[in-house]
Amino acid sequence: MGKLTIGCFSSLVGSLTLDFAVKLAEAAIKKGHEVDFWLSGNATMLAKKNQSKFRDYSHLAETIKELLGTGRFQITMCEACGKARGIQEEDVMEGFQIYSMDWYLASIYNADRLVHIGGE
Amino acid sequence: MIKRYAFVVNKLPYKAETTRLALTHAIASQTAEIHLEDGQGVEPVIAFIGEGVLNCLKNQKALDIYGVTSQEMHLKNALLLDLKVLVCKEDLERFGLSQDDIVMDAEELGAEVTTQVVPFDDIMKEIETADQVLYF
Repeated sequence: MGKLTIGCFSSLVGSLTLDFAVKLAEAAIKKGHEVDFWLSGNATMLAKKNQSKFRDYSHLAETIKELLGTGRFQITMCEACGKARGIQEEDVMEGFQIYSMDWYLASIYNADRLVHIGGE
Repeated sequence: MIKRYAFVVNKLPYKAETTRLALTHAIASQTAEIHLEDGQGVEPVIAFIGEGVLNCLKNQKALDIYGVTSQEMHLKNALLLDLKVLVCKEDLERFGLSQDDIVMDAEELGAEVTTQVVPFDDIMKEIETADQVLYF
């Protein structure tokens, strides 16, 4: 099985780009692959805990929790991007990692495939 | 083993965060080794194409006016760290610009490398030979 690194820079609310990226991760996990998921820029919003589930807005917390439960999925928030948006360690959902941008570049190094999805 | 990453920037500066993140991620390659095995490393090349060449304009005032780091400052930091910076010649000319209008060096910081204005074909060769391509 392979390793897929996905970098996403798009916000949870505002477009379905992040939803697509998580769906892609889910599909890869279901096929038995490993996934490293990098959240940078506005995508760091996904890391914030206690987000309410409304039908009008994307809500990926349960999906992420399930993916983390497989043991083959890592999700990491960019430290600077998160802090710039007021997202501190205590604000982040359980299971999320916080690193600086070099984590993403190192994850790519060992990835069989990279899907880099830039922001708006 | 060193792997080469191409950071390709084709979007306008300041309109969105993405071009800033291109530069900060490229600069972060200098510390990627922290997470890698001995002997592994990342060598970035930053290529500005299309509207992305406007990120390289001189005399940006983002710090003075908005209090945020300018793309010019990030670009100079990249040069200081010996990152390879390419700017598409054809796209620069399309905007009526030349080397005189863009950040070509960071001598005042002590940088030894300079920006290279090259034909698009050369940028394509960099992209084709890179281990990974990150498109911003």
